[in-house]
Amino acid sequence: MLRYTLKRFGVALLVALTVSVVAFTLLRLSGDPAAALAGEGATEEDIEYVRKHYGFDQPLLTQYSAWLVKALKGDFGVSVYLKTPVSEIIFERAPTTLILGLCALSFALILSIPLGVLAAMYPNTIIDRTALTIAVVGQALPSFFFALVLIIVFGVWLRMLPISGSGSWLNFIMPSVALGYYATPAIMRLTRAGMMDVLSSDYIRTARAKGLRPRVVLFKHALRNAIIPVVSLSAVQLGFMLGGSIVIETIFSLNGLGNLAWQSIQRSDFEVMQAIVLTVASFYIVLTFLADMLNAFLDPRIRVH
Amino acid sequence: MNDMTKAEKLPSAEQILEPSPTSLLLKRAFGHAGMTIGGGVLLVILVMALFSPWLAPHDPYAFDLAKKYIDPIWHANGTWEHILGTDGQGRDYLSRIIYGARVSLLIGFAAMLISGILGTALGVAAGYFGGRVDMVITFIITTRLAMPAILVALAVVALVGSSMWIVIWVLGLLIWDRFAVVMRSATQQVRNMDYVAAARALGCSTARIVLTEIMPNIVNSLIVVATLEVAHAVLLEAALSFLGLGVQPPTPSWGLMISEGKGMMFFKAWVIGIPGAALFAMVLCINLLGDGIRDVTAPENRN
Repeated sequence: MLRYTLKRFGVALLVALTVSVVAFTLLRLSGDPAAALAGEGATEEDIEYVRKHYGFDQPLLTQYSAWLVKALKGDFGVSVYLKTPVSEIIFERAPTTLILGLCALSFALILSIPLGVLAAMYPNTIIDRTALTIAVVGQALPSFFFALVLIIVFGVWLRMLPISGSGSWLNFIMPSVALGYYATPAIMRLTRAGMMDVLSSDYIRTARAKGLRPRVVLFKHALRNAIIPVVSLSAVQLGFMLGGSIVIETIFSLNGLGNLAWQSIQRSDFEVMQAIVLTVASFYIVLTFLADMLNAFLDPRIRVH
Repeated sequence: MNDMTKAEKLPSAEQILEPSPTSLLLKRAFGHAGMTIGGGVLLVILVMALFSPWLAPHDPYAFDLAKKYIDPIWHANGTWEHILGTDGQGRDYLSRIIYGARVSLLIGFAAMLISGILGTALGVAAGYFGGRVDMVITFIITTRLAMPAILVALAVVALVGSSMWIVIWVLGLLIWDRFAVVMRSATQQVRNMDYVAAARALGCSTARIVLTEIMPNIVNSLIVVATLEVAHAVLLEAALSFLGLGVQPPTPSWGLMISEGKGMMFFKAWVIGIPGAALFAMVLCINLLGDGIRDVTAPENRN
């Protein structure tokens, strides 16, 4: 287990490093950062000054290593627009995005696990078909459009929920539903497939044969085993949702990382953009690492491979 | 007369011959409800996209501020002249939807081709060679998955400047992961088959083995992923355009139309409802077709 953990940890670190290199290079090479920063109507001299001032005239490798050395100490530079340290801004905004991600994941799990279990218990019935329909619709519904529909129905017509801001927990309901619904199909399908596999296995037959109550068989024997892959999928989905929250956060004016990313793109605020990409990637890397660990802990066969 | 009745009793040629694999496949395809519906509606959208100049009743760019936000036909004050109404600049909504199908499909298809070539090459290489090559490529896939696609796409498009081709390239270079993952495991399954070993024993080159022995046997899963990735690219394009960093106005894109109608949605819900429904229908049908192809080509893999 220790060897496996160390190996996984090493890979995770390497992935994080590679992501930082790619993000850095992409943002530097996609355009002229100095010109973008100087803004429209800037003279050649202005651009040249900005280029020198922020070190954009240095070779890319020099820029990157300087940035990395600082980043390792937790210093991500200073936001060009907000004039405050980037790490401070990230720390201020990250909790909102994390809460949104966790709420969205909870919504997805609450909807998809019972549906998946029911669909597996009664395959090819109306229940199974309903679950399948919900999954197919969820895959095809663009989250930003779904968010707008929710706003119109629950915010304007029914006047039940606030449509923007992050003041109270009520503000998180619609964004979580809009964000979480997209993760539902994958989780539901995996739950259903896992349950179908487990329910037809020998030990379930044994459990039934020795006269255990159906509820005990279902929850204690079947669901426990079927849920293992769902746990790791949920971690991955949470990682994707944190990255995809930019659309939902801008629609609902939630002050999280997504909204910050959106604002930073419009202000050409490189340091912040870079830090957000890296933060979101790090969340994903940590989550998949934890999922791997959990899987290896629950299923010893994985460790040997 | 006698001969005639005799001939009637004889079984027809179709009954004697085993049905050909192709006819069996077609039979399964048409018997699959999701696939028939999805494929049918998609065909209509495809015709819309290919022949939009002839099908659109108006010029999608012609604006007339005197005629802005005319209601669609199902409202009391709707007119037959603008069946789906007009947008904030008085442009015919139906024509813009028809032209929008063209934009969506073009971007979805082109991005799928780029990501398909890239992802398949990586996936097949990883699956066929295994060992070190597999390790490196798996690492590249993991790294790609860790990068938040929509954030990176937005940042790059914002810096490079947004045009349709830039959106296509950025999406194509970002969403190859599923191709790589699926092709890798499909190749791994085929790699150790006897016919591949036979080809190797005959002295076939690696290129030939991959092209003539491996590819034909994994092409079914390739088609399924390709279909689903068109839908994925269409959704991402719509999200980018919605955020103002995809296709630029005045080009009619469904995502952009939703974004332009956002300000009016509290008063006239159809302004975002029509392009949203179009987008939903298209993605739904592409997914139904993809799921259908998977069920039909590999019925044994259904769960």
